Amino acid sequence: MKHFLTTEGLDRETMEDLLNEADGFAEVLTRPIPKVPALRGKTVATMFFEPSTRTRMSFDKAAKALSADTVSFSPGVSALSKGESLKDTVLTIRAMGVDLMIVRHKATGVAWRLAEWLDIPIVNGGDGAHQHPTQALLDCQTIRQRFGTLDGLHIAIVGDIKHSRVARSNVFAMTTLGADVTLVGPPTLLPVDVESWPVKTSADLDAVIPTVDVAYLLRVQTERGGASVFPSFAEYAQRYGLDGARMSRLKPEAVILHPGPMNRGVEISHDVADSPRALILEQVSNGVATRMAVLFRLLGGEHDA
Amino acid sequence: MGLPPEWLCSSGFLGVSTMHDLLLLGGSVLGVDGVIRADVAIADGLVVAVGTDLGDARRTIDCTDMWVGPGLVDLHTHLREPGQEWKEDVASGSAAAAAGGFTALVAMPNTDPPVDGGHLARFVTDRGREVGLVDIASAGCITLGRKGETMAHLDDLWMAGVRVFTDDGDSVEDAALLRSAMEYIAALGGVVSQHAVDPSLSRAGFMHEGSVSSRLGMYGIPRQADDITIARDLALAELTGVRYHVQHLSTAGGVELVRKAKASGLRVTAEVSPHHLAFDDSAVATTDSNFKVMPPIRSAKDREALIAGLVDGAIDAVATDHAPHAALEKEVPFEYAPNGILGLEWAASIAIGSAGLDQRAFFDRMSIAPASIAGFDDHGQLVEVGAPANVTVVDPTADWVPDSTRSKSRNAPYLGMTLTGRVIATILRGTVTHTVDKERATESI
Repeated sequence: MKHFLTTEGLDRETMEDLLNEADGFAEVLTRPIPKVPALRGKTVATMFFEPSTRTRMSFDKAAKALSADTVSFSPGVSALSKGESLKDTVLTIRAMGVDLMIVRHKATGVAWRLAEWLDIPIVNGGDGAHQHPTQALLDCQTIRQRFGTLDGLHIAIVGDIKHSRVARSNVFAMTTLGADVTLVGPPTLLPVDVESWPVKTSADLDAVIPTVDVAYLLRVQTERGGASVFPSFAEYAQRYGLDGARMSRLKPEAVILHPGPMNRGVEISHDVADSPRALILEQVSNGVATRMAVLFRLLGGEHDA
Repeated sequence: MGLPPEWLCSSGFLGVSTMHDLLLLGGSVLGVDGVIRADVAIADGLVVAVGTDLGDARRTIDCTDMWVGPGLVDLHTHLREPGQEWKEDVASGSAAAAAGGFTALVAMPNTDPPVDGGHLARFVTDRGREVGLVDIASAGCITLGRKGETMAHLDDLWMAGVRVFTDDGDSVEDAALLRSAMEYIAALGGVVSQHAVDPSLSRAGFMHEGSVSSRLGMYGIPRQADDITIARDLALAELTGVRYHVQHLSTAGGVELVRKAKASGLRVTAEVSPHHLAFDDSAVATTDSNFKVMPPIRSAKDREALIAGLVDGAIDAVATDHAPHAALEKEVPFEYAPNGILGLEWAASIAIGSAGLDQRAFFDRMSIAPASIAGFDDHGQLVEVGAPANVTVVDPTADWVPDSTRSKSRNAPYLGMTLTGRVIATILRGTVTHTVDKERATESI
């Protein structure tokens, strides 16, 4: 594995190796000194051309827990605002002596372009509505911790699938790890040609709810524009929001995931977000360990954890 | 050197055997009686003999196993001059055209400023004449400034020689305005050539809406963006009686609309671009911006329908939509890249290798039909005695890998691909404007 760009086509063995590695790093993070020298002397750059809180900080924490140095890029205060091209920007930062880049960009395929332009490993931290593969890894890690495996689980991904790189990453990761995935949402928020995806679909959340082991809720991406896709947030919440009443119809052991940031009162009600069945903060914690696994896999070949 | 050698030769004044300017030896020549194996003698810019033992020439080109036919004509070239000379100009675009077998082309008017008045059209055609590698006609805008608000100076453009009217790059969206322009252009005798893509369905999109866009999470452009514009325009063409031409068909539905309109007697013609014949949207899966074009490269099913339509004549012409963009403009994420693919130098190869045209169909779709649509009287003529010597020689079986271009830009997915079929020589009024292979083209006294 030279880069980590997409979960589509990633084989089960590689994914399980990464999850196993992440389990080990999760243990490291519970130690009094939660740090290993695995990537000492390496420099990791976070290149976030789109706003992010948790993903950027999570990668930063993961790199530091491996003893790598980190540098970061913010478009607002960079030469990009002077008109520098994306390619010149990343070549410039590479030339400073960077060993790996994590990139987030609102355009699809930017991580692929960096992988072509640069001679260092690239990690996709989210490209457009395409892929966010470390999010899928941390979600699978969270589910695996709870159930032991994804084999045979029924996972509903609910909401704005069309605009979601999290959904695209998870569909391929979860199905490769043996889960059955149902996408639930209004037709305007399902991807076109979804028949070619390895999933079932439904527009009826109430029919799906009693059958799932995991309800994975997606944020409605109001900032991603385009045409009018549903009549109002109230009507969306009524049909596709997970509230206390719907939660009570879940199987007893079923859990709730959300990649954040949440729109409380839209796709998830206040009480559900704060309920013990919601593993949202566990997802965040697992994010650090899984990203450590990815960084170590790409940069740490010659070292020992 | 008292007398000009051309004069001496064509008159046969000095010798027993005639000294021609150029002899094309042993090719499959497309004339009025179909394809025959013959030599072609050219002098004074004309075809002067077709047959065998035609005498000597100052220059001969061995055309054994080659197709010899009328020089290719492109209905759709972006030369970018005036205003965007960092992408292309008349000189570089003409060189690319000659290398692609073209002897005439129609320059698109979406320059800066746009060609919405006669003086601008004259500028483009004059530049073409100065460069001298290909005959250039300028298309003219339908609306002033390509803004879609009021008519361009249609009469002034007509007087400057414009025969093809288009806002290419944009569709004329306002149906009432398009209707008026159609009525006016019909009276002039011109052709309305539409970039038929509905703005409201295409504005947010970057590529064909289908399984590939779905996995990439990229906004798509549905086929219906093309189809509803073509359907609306055909209704207006029927109303106004104008000659209507559909640019760069990309959908199976569009081919059917044109086919039915022709059957009902409408004066409608259509073109297809080489990239829509060569690729389907699986090529876009890596988000290589060199595949970004409008209308987008569509599904395999659409590509099949386009090839079938080109072969059976529902589609009249292959037109390159040669659209140069500088590397710095294309070296960006797909969604930010401008639309456009180079085409002049490889269109003939795609028509043969991808679409499988035979010799007669090839020269019809790439020369005779487009010359007729654009009103090029001296082009698209069969290779017969007395015809202007605008001739293209093609090796239909050559496999080759293009690695360079005469264009100023390099936004061409064809570079590095193995193509079948290659232009060997281009002849404009008896002058060789391009030969590919020095071994084939031998000089003699």
